[in-house]
Amino acid sequence: MIPPMLAANPRLDSWVRFEPDGRARIAFGRMEYGQGVGTSLAQMAADELDVAFARLLIVPAATVDVPDEGLTVGSMSTEMSGPAIRTACAEVRALFTTAAAGRLGCPTSDLDVRDGTFLRSGRPTGLDYWSLAGEVDLARNATGEAPLKTPEQMQIIGESQPRLDLPPKLFGAAFLHDIVLPGMRHARVLRQPGPAARLASLDEDAVRRAAPDVDILIDHAFVALICDTEVDAARAFNAAEKTARWEDARALDPILAEPVTLKTLPHETFEAGAPPPEASNRRRITATYGKPFLSHGSMGPSAGIAQYQDGQLTIWTHNQGVYPMRALAARITGLDVSVIEVIHAQGPGCYGHNGADDPPIDAALIAIRRPGRPIRVQWRREDEFGWAPVGTAMLMELSAEVDASGRLVDYTAEIWNTAHTGARGTAVAESALRGYQPPPGAPQRLMPDGSRFSGGLLNIIPSYDIDTTRTVEHVIFPPPVRTSSLRSLGGAPNTFAGESFIDELAEASGVDPLAYRLAMLKEPRGRAVLETLAQMCGWAKRGASGTGQGLGLGYDRHRNRAGFVACAAEVEVNIDVRLVKLWCVADAGLIINPDGAKNQIEGGMIMAASWALKEQVKFGGPGIASTTWDEYPILRFDEVPPVEIVLLNTRDPRPHGIGELSQGSVMAAISNAVAHALGVRIRELPMTRDKIAAALLAN
Amino acid sequence: MRRRIEFSLNDQPTSVEAEETTSLLDVLRGELGVFGARFGCGAGQCGACAVLVDSKVVAACEREIGTLEHRSVLTVEGLGTPERPHHLQTAFLELQAGQCGYCLSGILIGAKALLDANPDPSRAEIAKALSWHLCRCGVHNRVMDAVTLAAGRMRRGEVA
Repeated sequence: MIPPMLAANPRLDSWVRFEPDGRARIAFGRMEYGQGVGTSLAQMAADELDVAFARLLIVPAATVDVPDEGLTVGSMSTEMSGPAIRTACAEVRALFTTAAAGRLGCPTSDLDVRDGTFLRSGRPTGLDYWSLAGEVDLARNATGEAPLKTPEQMQIIGESQPRLDLPPKLFGAAFLHDIVLPGMRHARVLRQPGPAARLASLDEDAVRRAAPDVDILIDHAFVALICDTEVDAARAFNAAEKTARWEDARALDPILAEPVTLKTLPHETFEAGAPPPEASNRRRITATYGKPFLSHGSMGPSAGIAQYQDGQLTIWTHNQGVYPMRALAARITGLDVSVIEVIHAQGPGCYGHNGADDPPIDAALIAIRRPGRPIRVQWRREDEFGWAPVGTAMLMELSAEVDASGRLVDYTAEIWNTAHTGARGTAVAESALRGYQPPPGAPQRLMPDGSRFSGGLLNIIPSYDIDTTRTVEHVIFPPPVRTSSLRSLGGAPNTFAGESFIDELAEASGVDPLAYRLAMLKEPRGRAVLETLAQMCGWAKRGASGTGQGLGLGYDRHRNRAGFVACAAEVEVNIDVRLVKLWCVADAGLIINPDGAKNQIEGGMIMAASWALKEQVKFGGPGIASTTWDEYPILRFDEVPPVEIVLLNTRDPRPHGIGELSQGSVMAAISNAVAHALGVRIRELPMTRDKIAAALLAN
Repeated sequence: MRRRIEFSLNDQPTSVEAEETTSLLDVLRGELGVFGARFGCGAGQCGACAVLVDSKVVAACEREIGTLEHRSVLTVEGLGTPERPHHLQTAFLELQAGQCGYCLSGILIGAKALLDANPDPSRAEIAKALSWHLCRCGVHNRVMDAVTLAAGRMRRGEVA
């Protein structure tokens, strides 16, 4: 079978070409943003081609000459792009081997490839990929028939490889933010205070006094200040912000930032699963968990550049996919995709759909109204926090039936959230344009099999053998603010809630939480991660609860279909929660770059720990009120604990994603450790000192 | 007021004409094309733009260029180059202490200031010294390990 990404981009030469300078050009449509995808995909290409890693030329993504792989999301690159690139490279290797055998008049089985050169029975033949490149036409569609290497044959896959993208980042180079194009101007956009707001007046003289060279662009409610320097654009913006008067500005009620208020908002309901069979001797236990709106919190506010010249629009972006950006720009500008080119450059980590799509669209809207010179839009910190999409709040009402022995026999999860991928394919600037119509309802996303996809359903049922389960999902529309993909979507929040609840069920049944889990988990790979974790964290020596010291764990199978993971947390709780240590054991199958995988897993754990303990988007004024790092604190160096990670089963033939693998189970582990330390449970994130005090008082 | 200001940037005599109140970060990135110091918040809250001014760590986004006459500024570009890396840069690469890398310029500067003042810092001292710097990818432990590794090599006088 041809992997889907290869089927969508079947031409072999769109993935692999041999350059005259003795390098192999590899192209793929996955975006690097520090997660190491470029390196691990390159490792796969090098291994299947049998070419030294250093001989690869990895081309940056753009809508010209690079496969269209859609968005780089959901920890899917290794699983989706990996098979495509491996299959293409294996086929290229096979085609060249056939050509070499023809030249040499020998069977292909006599030939081997070593760093791109052909050996016959171990001896040089004088032939290599480059000398044969004229004879093998790669302008053909893949058949998918060449066999891939088995884990035993792999030489580069599975070996830790330094990341290709890292060196420039240590010497001051690397990012889109640093690109300077000839004649480039700098612009800032005055945002509407709410999507329905209309500009009543602007003191243009005041703006010109602040920045004499400013070009003031006003089109309906879209207001841009364009200058030769960023400093002047900032001055013009500040003057404009002070003097602009708006009609129909929004005042968002701060209470809407609290998860519990989700229940009061208009929503659509989706149910799945049957009611449990009637039975006696059962006990029903319920608990309600909550998780607030979360910011992606990228370190660098997003930026973008656009130039419109001779009917051609060129966009530079650090977003998650160049082809989706082209489609978005086409829809918003009305231009045809054939006259839009999108070029990717690296940006700060995004962790999902942050603001990255927006400044390029701001810039494109300006550029087509001011043709000629390139327009650069650099968002401010306040823009990134205030106008980028955020991860939705969630409220989770969990209900379980246990039988007389305490065994979990029925599980119901009823959740309230906005669409986790709601703002995908939109830009904040749209509502300022003439004729804008807000979408009529939450967008529907479909799985490849045509069934409904919802980020809220990921890991909504804990990953155990449970007799009957049922889900009820309420999708709020319209959302109070733009919400879109944040690393793991509903997966990590659901595992936080579900695995905390499992601890509550264990406690109600008088069973150790680890034993309770193992008793309902037949899957050997799941048992293995839990049992290894228990050894690592010293679970057997776990003490009594309520001492201020806590040890907790959490487990899930990513999206209930991919990698297996268990995390443990040791905490001390006094006024605040202090993380003492975190552990993770993961089985994500074949690991391409072990060091890179550990880096990703640990990063996911630290981010999720920060979500659990510190983060909450606040509302007020026209939208989001937490627009500085003081108002949106994240975990700092002196709050980050040591982390220990073990990978199991790394030579399994099938790889699974690791980018968001660890997040749910580590949140649950921290939640369970805090409950163990306090003797009472905090069911709503973040677990701040106020929540700790309230939980202790309520007890 | 707009005037000419002379200072040392990465050991090179440098002269710019600018409004005195323009931030050092805007001068570095906008006038001089020196991009290592990153724009992160514009309010001194994240450390992405950290530079050394006369050996003290400052937020370049908050420091006015008018205060830098005859002073000495060090950015990550002055720390080392790919050909002649600083021990910190070598150690960060060796331990792969980075993901997106947006915070690293500032962190490297913060770490250099720490090691200049304390050549043998404990993990707690490193954490405290870097606690101003935010990192969203979660590479804190690798960063602290890399600072420790570099510190040991520097104490032993190894060649970077």
